[in-house]
Amino acid sequence: MRPFTYSRAKDPSSAIKMLAQNPNAKFLAGGTNLLDLMKEDVERPDALIDISELGLSDINLISAGTNQGGISLGGLSKNTATANHPLVRQNYPLLTQAILAGASGQLRNMATNGGNLLQRTRCPYFYEVAMPCNKREPGTGCGAKEGINRMHAIFGWSEQCVAVYPSDMAIALAALDAVVKVRSASGQERSISMADFHRLPGDQPEKDTNLAHGELITAIELPKNRFADKSYYLKVRDRASYAFALISVAAALEMDQANGPGNRIKQVRIAMGGVAHKPWRALKAEQMLVGKEATEANFNLAASAEMADARPLEHNAFKVELGKRSIVLALKMAFNGGKA
Amino acid sequence: MIDENESPELTEDEKRLFADLMPEDLNEILDTGVNRRHFLKLITMAGGGVLAAQSAVAEQLMTRPFAETGTAEFAPDSLDNGVSVSFKVNGTARKLTVDSRMTLLDTLRERLDLTGSKKGCDHGQCGACTVIVNGQRILSCLTLAASCEGKTVQTIEGIAQGSTGATTRLHPVQEAFLKHDGFQCGFCTPGQICSAVAMLDEAKKGHLSYVSENVRQPAAPAKLSNEEIRERMSGNICRCGAYPNIVAAIQEVHSGKPVEQIFRSV
Ligand SMILES: Cc1cc2nc3c(=O)[nH]c(=O)nc-3n(C[C@H](O)[C@H](O)[C@H](O)COP(=O)(O)OP(=O)(O)OC[C@H]3O[C@@H](n4cnc5c(N)ncnc54)[C@H](O)[C@@H]3O)c2cc1C
Ligand code: SF4
Ligand code: FES
Ligand code: FES
Repeated sequence: MRPFTYSRAKDPSSAIKMLAQNPNAKFLAGGTNLLDLMKEDVERPDALIDISELGLSDINLISAGTNQGGISLGGLSKNTATANHPLVRQNYPLLTQAILAGASGQLRNMATNGGNLLQRTRCPYFYEVAMPCNKREPGTGCGAKEGINRMHAIFGWSEQCVAVYPSDMAIALAALDAVVKVRSASGQERSISMADFHRLPGDQPEKDTNLAHGELITAIELPKNRFADKSYYLKVRDRASYAFALISVAAALEMDQANGPGNRIKQVRIAMGGVAHKPWRALKAEQMLVGKEATEANFNLAASAEMADARPLEHNAFKVELGKRSIVLALKMAFNGGKA
Repeated sequence: MIDENESPELTEDEKRLFADLMPEDLNEILDTGVNRRHFLKLITMAGGGVLAAQSAVAEQLMTRPFAETGTAEFAPDSLDNGVSVSFKVNGTARKLTVDSRMTLLDTLRERLDLTGSKKGCDHGQCGACTVIVNGQRILSCLTLAASCEGKTVQTIEGIAQGSTGATTRLHPVQEAFLKHDGFQCGFCTPGQICSAVAMLDEAKKGHLSYVSENVRQPAAPAKLSNEEIRERMSGNICRCGAYPNIVAAIQEVHSGKPVEQIFRSV
């Protein structure tokens, strides 16, 4: 690791000020991604500002404003605490499942919600500093585009970068239309919707998100919804546990009660992980399913339509069929309240 | 090609390298040609690089200052970005100055002489470095020592109960690992045991795992199936594959009922 200065911030505003003053400084939350990348010499900050003692770890019902009735998750709340919180378990079981699908018990005890959203790609060429990588060193090329790209993107990639975004939690947050609350050095708060938080690579793959330097994630808000009865997070990976997703699907359904016991879908959310540079909302499939009956045939049609737009690379064509089947299975599990 | 009858004499440089690398073998090497040929082959194959690098490591190992115990300062002048940190390790208060880059794992092993926690991958992937900080299992290889100010750290050395002289009793998880042969080489064992101790506590609090059946039920002490134990312990990798015995040991402590010992390999 390269030398850096370490300081502990006492409150959010001084933390933000310290960061804003130094373009090479970084916040340190759980450290599970940042320290790993510093050991690999991928990240090279010259100052770390430890934000783990700032508080910002409450989980509350939101009592006013646009997200009234939803809940607010502290930006520094640990993944374990978030997944196990009664409000999250009861109202957003999809989020609980997605968090628990990621990493290991030890890592989830360390990882924070904000840090989880900002974790960087697991593209092996990004991790290996001897390889070209536009995300790590803009202008050097992309080792994965013509290399071993089995784990890489099938949607939204550019000639510059074909990496996928690895977080499980963020896939559920995208399906749940979460909003990220951030505070900047001027003291200003702003809200960024999950849909706009992460970026597609375009010709600036080094920029993962639309967060500006110096901005601190203070909270993540989940709007109220009626998906809790019928949701499911499906994670497909090379090992049964403790591995990043080849493909994951967060699926949630709300059935139309007005039409009696009929089987019609009132609202549906599908977000995919392991397929793009950001959580991928399957909007086409969603649109096809609204108002339709929740049958396997309809799930199949919607999934096929969504995956028809995929652009696989040399080694990951299997993800197209896998993605289709995963969408169908996740929707079936969601419809059956989490059971196959 | 090297002549079978070639004189076994080594050059001064070669002797120095050997004296560094295998001092106990030096005389034998001087007396036999076989080892000299082996040496020359090594040198040609590696272009000298491998041996040179090893000897640099050997030198570092031999000249490294002894790990200090207790509370003495560690030549703080020589530290680039020293941070002072006070924390409690296995019940004893410790205060020391560490390089800002020092992980908790390296601090435990190199500065506090607590070498029970192991360095496996050093990247959060194997669980060998698991310790319990403020009651929760974490990975000491991804934790900066500087960030442990005011915290309590429990390592495998502090897991036994009442660790004062004659009254020391192993923790039930340690007992069960012994009974069920929950280890082979033992490298992963300190991490496995720390992880299991904290994991059983998590289950008591009603924490869920990815394989838990009913996510929405209110938190209540969880009864763990073997599948649950496997999932919850998945962050601890065992190269020897002692998993069936590890699961049996943990299940026995968790259920409070004797679990049959497994004497077959799975
Ligand atoms: C072996 C291993 C396996 C893993 N498996 C999975 C998996 O299967 N699924 C999964 O989703 N994840 C997985 N992870 C990733 C893990 O979930 C993330 O590393 C973790 O969530 C990051 O959170 P952190 O608090 O440790 O972040 P840090 O490492 O502390 O920070 C990450 C980045 O976010 C910035 N940051 C942190 N907090 C804030 C904030 N509040 N505001 C602004 N910036 C901030 C930091 O400056 C840094 O750049 C795995 C990690 C490891 C090591
Ligand atoms: S896919 Fe992206 S992250 Fe991977 S090597 Fe190419 S540019 Fe780098
Ligand atoms: S050494 Fe820490 S997880 Fe492997
Ligand atoms: S006992 Fe050898 S690594 Fe687990």
